[in-house]
Amino acid sequence: MSDEHHPDHFSHHVRRYLFVFYALLFGTLITVGASYIPFGHRAMNIGVALVIASGKAFLVAGYFMHLISERKMIYGVLAFTAFFFVGLMFLIIWSYTDFPPHTVVH
Amino acid sequence: MDIPYTVTARQDTGLYNAKIGIWLFLASEVMLFGALFSSYILLRVSAPENFWPHGWLNVPIGTANTLVLITSSITTVMAWASCKMNQFGKFKFYHACTILLAMTFVGIKSYEYRDKFKHYEIRTHDEVALTDGTIVRGMIEDKTKDTVSVKPSTGKPGEYQPAVTYKLDKVANVTNGKIVDGHVIEKNKDQVKLEGRYVEGREELYDLKAHKTHEHKEISIPWTQIQKIDNYGPWHNTYLAIYFTLTGLHALHVIGGALVIGFLWGPGSKLWKTDPERFTNRVEISGLFWHFVDLVWIFLFPVLYLL
Repeated sequence: MSDEHHPDHFSHHVRRYLFVFYALLFGTLITVGASYIPFGHRAMNIGVALVIASGKAFLVAGYFMHLISERKMIYGVLAFTAFFFVGLMFLIIWSYTDFPPHTVVH
Repeated sequence: MDIPYTVTARQDTGLYNAKIGIWLFLASEVMLFGALFSSYILLRVSAPENFWPHGWLNVPIGTANTLVLITSSITTVMAWASCKMNQFGKFKFYHACTILLAMTFVGIKSYEYRDKFKHYEIRTHDEVALTDGTIVRGMIEDKTKDTVSVKPSTGKPGEYQPAVTYKLDKVANVTNGKIVDGHVIEKNKDQVKLEGRYVEGREELYDLKAHKTHEHKEISIPWTQIQKIDNYGPWHNTYLAIYFTLTGLHALHVIGGALVIGFLWGPGSKLWKTDPERFTNRVEISGLFWHFVDLVWIFLFPVLYLL
């Protein structure tokens, strides 16, 4: 984040925060609306909802948490987090069909 | 001894220390919620067909709570921006809003929890009507082509006498227990009174999105007829278990964040007079945590309420 203290500079930031806020409100309404549209398969609805949620998450993290313009050190921490987070999600996929011997599957 | 680098940036990181500290903490939080999210996925994809509930939560209430949390995020960022612009009065105003919004969120969530704890699923006893007119109420244990075994109820839910086997030529009729679903209005020593409905099958109970229209009426069931009674707490099924775990942990974060913001708004704001830059950094750090809490909810809301 650029540590500018000048009030004029900040009013520019504030306008941007308000824009992000409106986008988040809009995103929420779109998420609710899209959940009532039958996209054919439930997986499709889940996909659409997660794409919108990711967009909203990008806005919050990018602008409210200033990740758009952060120091390298924080990107480094987050790169590790992202790696392990993806690993965590893949673990369940890898383990999904991996049962102990003699497990009865209904 | 003074804490180093509360305002000035360290040369190697380019950041004041608390900033790197909060990001490391948030990284661990991502893993904590990530583990629970992956549990959610695993429970959901492993659930047998028609056993994952849809439409069990109130969407307008969930949407309202989402809007409350998003609004609290903008007031948080505005509170920090006000400090940056040297407008302490505005900081006070915006963070007062944040605290009120946080309390609103927790209030709405508590209302939703209370609704679940008052919601019951009741299964009445199976009935074996004998040809001599006697009716045996309890749990059918086994049924063959010539016999039926039933464990007669002692009169208390979940307590049975040893099983008795009847030959089918002595049996006039066998009826399975009915499922009643609804909100309990009154419980006394004789009966349970609820505002609800009789449910035909699993699918009707689990997919409320597809079976929206159902009439509720007042139903009274004597305790002696109840085989199983269970409210919609976390023990009810895996969906409610992960719902309460995820939203409960999230609500604890909201409460924790609100306490910190409350401190900075109240007694902690004295620091503004002596060291405004350090105070502004504290507001930024608590704000980063608050935005993270908002970010988690952005994912929780669709997966729990809508899909």
